[in-house]
Amino acid sequence: MTYDFNFAVVWRNWDLLAEGLMLGLFLALVSIAIGCVLGLAAAFGMLSRHRALRWISQCYVSAIRNTPILVLILFCYFALPQLGIAMDKIPSFIFTLSLYAGAYLAEVYRSGLVALPPGLREAGLAIGLTEWKIKRYLIIPVMFRNVLPAMSNNFISLFKDTSLAAAIAVPELTFYARKINVESFRVIETWMVASLIYVGACVAIAALLRRLEARLSIPR
Amino acid sequence: MIPVLNITDLHKSFGELEVLKGIDLAMHKGDVVSLIGSSGSGKTTLLRCVNLLEEFGRGRIEIAGEPIGYREEGGRRRRLPERQIARQRAMTGMAFQQFNLFPHLSAVKNVMLGLTKTKKLPAEEARAIAESWLDRVGMLARKDHFPGQLSGGQQQRVAIARAIAMAPQLMLFDEVTSALDPELVSEVLAVVRDLGRDGMTMLLVTHEMRFARDVSSRVVFMHQGRIHEEGPPEQIFGAPGTERLKAFLSNSQS
Repeated sequence: MTYDFNFAVVWRNWDLLAEGLMLGLFLALVSIAIGCVLGLAAAFGMLSRHRALRWISQCYVSAIRNTPILVLILFCYFALPQLGIAMDKIPSFIFTLSLYAGAYLAEVYRSGLVALPPGLREAGLAIGLTEWKIKRYLIIPVMFRNVLPAMSNNFISLFKDTSLAAAIAVPELTFYARKINVESFRVIETWMVASLIYVGACVAIAALLRRLEARLSIPR
Repeated sequence: MIPVLNITDLHKSFGELEVLKGIDLAMHKGDVVSLIGSSGSGKTTLLRCVNLLEEFGRGRIEIAGEPIGYREEGGRRRRLPERQIARQRAMTGMAFQQFNLFPHLSAVKNVMLGLTKTKKLPAEEARAIAESWLDRVGMLARKDHFPGQLSGGQQQRVAIARAIAMAPQLMLFDEVTSALDPELVSEVLAVVRDLGRDGMTMLLVTHEMRFARDVSSRVVFMHQGRIHEEGPPEQIFGAPGTERLKAFLSNSQS
């Protein structure tokens, strides 16, 4: 069997692919930003003195982490409107991915908080800082720097998860690849190119994050 | 004259275990008091109560005449709100056994943090104060190093500068040389001795008997949560009055 590769039909649509990639990056960035805040809140919640806070945070994290992301996306887009919470495709997806990111990052932050040296808080107390300032100037900055590598892995996963937005017709890279595939019948070429774009983007993100880690890591 | 530190009838329990069983101790400006005693005698707990890192059940601690940690309200004793506690904590400075420097900040930033965030000084003023104290402890040349890049002795000197830059009325030292390699002990003790000569009021928990003898104006021997014997260092080390103290001194190499 011989197959004549024809990438021309795919390249003809490079603008769609580029647009899709940009939207995917945007979705990931916004969701990660929201997820970081959610995750931090949930991590402190899980370690709180208050039973109710611990319970709520733990429920959130467990529920999200034990549900497949595709199911979450479909639930939020199709089921929530029935319950009176209707969102457009893109806001709905950002909502879902943020919740998802928050639950995973919560676990990362929680382990980071647990691993902090016990003397850190006391040293802050001893110079007259309040609990809030200790969190803001000591606990969170030190924890963040320590969990940076674990966070990077999550970021890359989350970017790849944006491909699932195609399931609710959010026009990102996978969505356009499927469209090009259907219109051109160039199955191999289309999905090959799409895959390579994902690989390239992930490698680039990883390199960027590594530089960030090197800049922010605590010198020793 | 109002004592810098006045402790009366201090009791402290961890659950069932009573670790402080009624401590009375007064210190005046310029006093250097060493707390000695075997581990479990309550020395460190006493220090931590003074810094409000531990809550205490009964008794009273006053710093420069101000009762700290609690207030009486209609015959009931209540813990003060967090802001008050934080302010009172800053009246004393504490150096820890494990240094506890902020790992993500350079030496000078470690010293500056309390000045800018607790005392709310402008950054320039805080930096000037921080640098002058780092100079005093011989660490100015390494002000931009991070804790992980410093030896234990250097870290401890920065930690002392961090505490003392806050201009506390009383400095507390909790076994500041116990975590150090033997060859690094003397550089830290030299800093402490220097502060004492300068008139700093200091309360220190130490296992370095020779050092306690050198720097202290008074030595307090604790045993099982009580002050067992106290006096000037010549008396405590030269003519111990109780069998317990004799036994303790002969067991600790000095």
